[in-house]
Amino acid sequence: MMNDWQTVIGIEIHAQVNSKSKLFSSSSTDFGSAPNTQVSLVDAAMPGMLPVINKFCIEQAIKSGLGLNAKINNKSIFDRKNYFYQDLPQGYQISQFKDPIVGEGSVEIEIEGTTKTIGIERLHLEQDAGKSLHDQDPNLTFVDLNRSGIALMEIVSKPDMSSSDEAIAYVRKVRSILRYLDTCDGNMEQGSLRADVNVSVRKKGEELGTRCEIKNLNSFKHIGAAINFEVDRQIKIIESGEQVKQETRLYEVASNKTRSMRSKEDAHDYRYFPDPDLLPLQLEQEWIEKIKKSLPELPDEKKLRFINFYKISGYDAEVLTSDRRISEFFEEVAKNRSSKLSVSWVASELFAVLNKLNLNIENSPVSSSQLGELIDEIENGTISNRAAKEVFEEMCNSEKSAKDIIEEKGLVQISDTSEIEIFINKVLEDNPENVEKYKNGKTKLLGFFIGEVMKATKGKANPGLLNQIVKKKLDN
Amino acid sequence: MLDNLTILEASKLIDEKKVSALEITNSYLKKIEDSKKLNCFITVSHDKAVHAAKETDNRVSKNNRIGPMDGIPLAYKDLFCTKDTLTTASSKILSNFIPTYESTVTNNCINKGAITLGKLNCDEFAMGSTNKTSFYGPVVNPWKSLDSDEELVPGGSSGGSAASVAADLCIASIGTDTGGSIRQPASFTGAVGLKPTYGRVSRWGTIAFASSLDQAGPISKTVEDAAILLQTISGHDNKDSTSSQRPNEHYFSNLNSSVKNLKIGIPKEYMSDDLPLEIQNYWNEGKKILSENGAEIIEISLPHTKTALPAYYIIAPAEASSNLSRYDGVKYGLRTNEKNLIKMYESTRSDGFGDEVKRRIMIGTYVLSSGYYDAYYLKAQKIRSLIKKDFDNVFKDVNAILTPATPNTAFAIDKEEKDPVKNYLNDIFTVPINLAGLPAISIPFGLDKKGLPVGMQLITNSFEEQLLLNIAKNIQDSINFKNEPKCWWK
Repeated sequence: MMNDWQTVIGIEIHAQVNSKSKLFSSSSTDFGSAPNTQVSLVDAAMPGMLPVINKFCIEQAIKSGLGLNAKINNKSIFDRKNYFYQDLPQGYQISQFKDPIVGEGSVEIEIEGTTKTIGIERLHLEQDAGKSLHDQDPNLTFVDLNRSGIALMEIVSKPDMSSSDEAIAYVRKVRSILRYLDTCDGNMEQGSLRADVNVSVRKKGEELGTRCEIKNLNSFKHIGAAINFEVDRQIKIIESGEQVKQETRLYEVASNKTRSMRSKEDAHDYRYFPDPDLLPLQLEQEWIEKIKKSLPELPDEKKLRFINFYKISGYDAEVLTSDRRISEFFEEVAKNRSSKLSVSWVASELFAVLNKLNLNIENSPVSSSQLGELIDEIENGTISNRAAKEVFEEMCNSEKSAKDIIEEKGLVQISDTSEIEIFINKVLEDNPENVEKYKNGKTKLLGFFIGEVMKATKGKANPGLLNQIVKKKLDN
Repeated sequence: MLDNLTILEASKLIDEKKVSALEITNSYLKKIEDSKKLNCFITVSHDKAVHAAKETDNRVSKNNRIGPMDGIPLAYKDLFCTKDTLTTASSKILSNFIPTYESTVTNNCINKGAITLGKLNCDEFAMGSTNKTSFYGPVVNPWKSLDSDEELVPGGSSGGSAASVAADLCIASIGTDTGGSIRQPASFTGAVGLKPTYGRVSRWGTIAFASSLDQAGPISKTVEDAAILLQTISGHDNKDSTSSQRPNEHYFSNLNSSVKNLKIGIPKEYMSDDLPLEIQNYWNEGKKILSENGAEIIEISLPHTKTALPAYYIIAPAEASSNLSRYDGVKYGLRTNEKNLIKMYESTRSDGFGDEVKRRIMIGTYVLSSGYYDAYYLKAQKIRSLIKKDFDNVFKDVNAILTPATPNTAFAIDKEEKDPVKNYLNDIFTVPINLAGLPAISIPFGLDKKGLPVGMQLITNSFEEQLLLNIAKNIQDSINFKNEPKCWWK
């Protein structure tokens, strides 16, 4: 029965612009500063203060728009969105309503090997509000204006997604593009990127259902869980013969549920009108073209290049290009080295360590050049892959180079034929019955002899050579 | 000797070391002290003024005087934020507000050595044309009718700025003009009042009423003083995005009074049978003077004039309703404590704003509301474009326009006007100019039969303040009006 239902999802992403100063003032945007230390007269809305646009934030918005394959509007207008709240010093937020800086665009997501295009409706710039602190005093609310005036980009998708997986893939993709462009750091924990998700359900072929908006989701996990809960909730309501009410809802982590925040009737009338303190924003086409030329390679292009150039699988290429820093790390490792080994060491071994330590690639305990050196030792036969894992573990825990660890631990691979032969002869002498059995046709025992030699050499025997010599001796 | 000084006269006295800046300053401080009946000042910056005057004298003694403004005592409408000095916008809601910063306008004056005597009373948040909406009470016009002893309004909203110049409580002052707030009170008090082109003077640090209309400008005794003051306060300011990039001009040194071969337009839409005969007569005299001095008088048409007032009373309140949202009791100014946020907002704003301000906030909130926006705000903006177009068309044919500044002369403070729309009609000749962003000046022409000043208004195209001042000087020199009301208030 559930299969008759279709889910329709549209997402608004709020991405903090990567910029040293705010959208309309020169205050710093440093995260984690002491309350009310990054506040200018403009941010505090002192009488007579006027906003002046920060050109860098405009450039960042243009870059982001270009990265989302979107149309950049040569003329856009800043509007005032009026409402009262303690952490909104002006009594209005400067935003863009009718004429945003960026128009329609699109991004591609990949779901189980299939590519799907998600439409972008618009991207507009707006200022963030301050922060209300309700937990500092039993009776009072405190206000921190450090965030007040920080530039945000609101990226509005078309209602093109039909599952929580697609929604997550979409947010991941947009985040990845913004991080490639350095226009947003994408840090969801710090709130640099958050999503409002619009969800509705309908029977196949029917018109769009009533939607609910789930506000302020700040992790992929929450996006997925909130959508799944919401879809179930709406289907149950409709199946019981009732109607979904249009409303804004909040997702609660503890209960893994969404709850009503305000209904459509309670929605503010924001009384949007063009901000008379700011002239319409006129962009020279020349400037836009110049920015276009300066754009870095973006995830989709890079993925294609990785597949073609490194001859790696689509899956590996996706994993390695989803984040710009990871892709750069990989390319540093893979330069003039085996791409197969490089993929395996970055995507499996290093990622496992990063996951375990909850670190991102920028804070990797092993640098790309260090990892490269380790791969060199494998490629030139100094150590076996098995020994390399031991060296890698040690590298993660110390500052030592691969070479030093190999030497220190005596892990240099034995590649001297005569030396390996000594060990082999000993093993063959000690196990005459198994030699006999092998010669009578039980060739599977080859593994046993190799294992014994490895044990005896503490894993240092060059596996290729060992295999070759043992076989030769037994087959004679 | 120190009475009724103009900037030029005072500057000459200081230059020639006949009088010190301190002597001049002290004489004005004394006059202010003696003239409390007029209620011009909200704050007198006695110590600041004396200190600044001493600094001027110090410079003069070293022959380092900055220029003609150095040592000139000025006063500012209490809408300009002044560092460490109470700045109220004549509102209870800011009755405790002391800025940590100096507005660009006042800072420009201070940088040229001008002395700040204090802050002048005005209509609350510059909303009004009588100065009766001030939390600090009405300013009284120094002029009185010949036949009556009743106190008259000085006009508004820059009532204190105009009255203080007429009563000689400062050499000149700075006001702001959103719909006539400099020109109308200048006209009511026999002063020269200039509203510059929108964008000529920075709005940074000036408490906003309606951002797309507000412009600061001088109120003075003479056109020469207006020229000096205008060049003192003008210029690009990168802290105001709407400030013009045009370089500042030397309005005073380029001042000449020739009107030869200029074409002066007389808009037929400004003529009306309701216009008092004496105002009509002065208007005709203005045409005669300019014509005799070599200008050509041409009748013109500004067809959308009638729609200006309603459009203005939509746009200005709309912007004001948003601009005044910041006075919410949270950050500065008055706060009436309550148990929750919404109640605190309600009490603070009910308590802090006067009736006229509340009325305009409500009008503005209404016209911006969803469902009404297109019918009111958007339509008003379209009318605004048409009005601008009217002027653009006319300025293809004429160099300047001459109209009365006001449809009446000063009236009694006690005259209770129940219908706010009647009050709004005071601005009928001045409002279209703000909507079009043009420069205009009000200059005194003479007295009506009650003995009250009548002002005429000159309008030019954008950034043609020089031409505006030149024509104004021509008229001033032809008329020789003295702004010296009989002193009854000391």
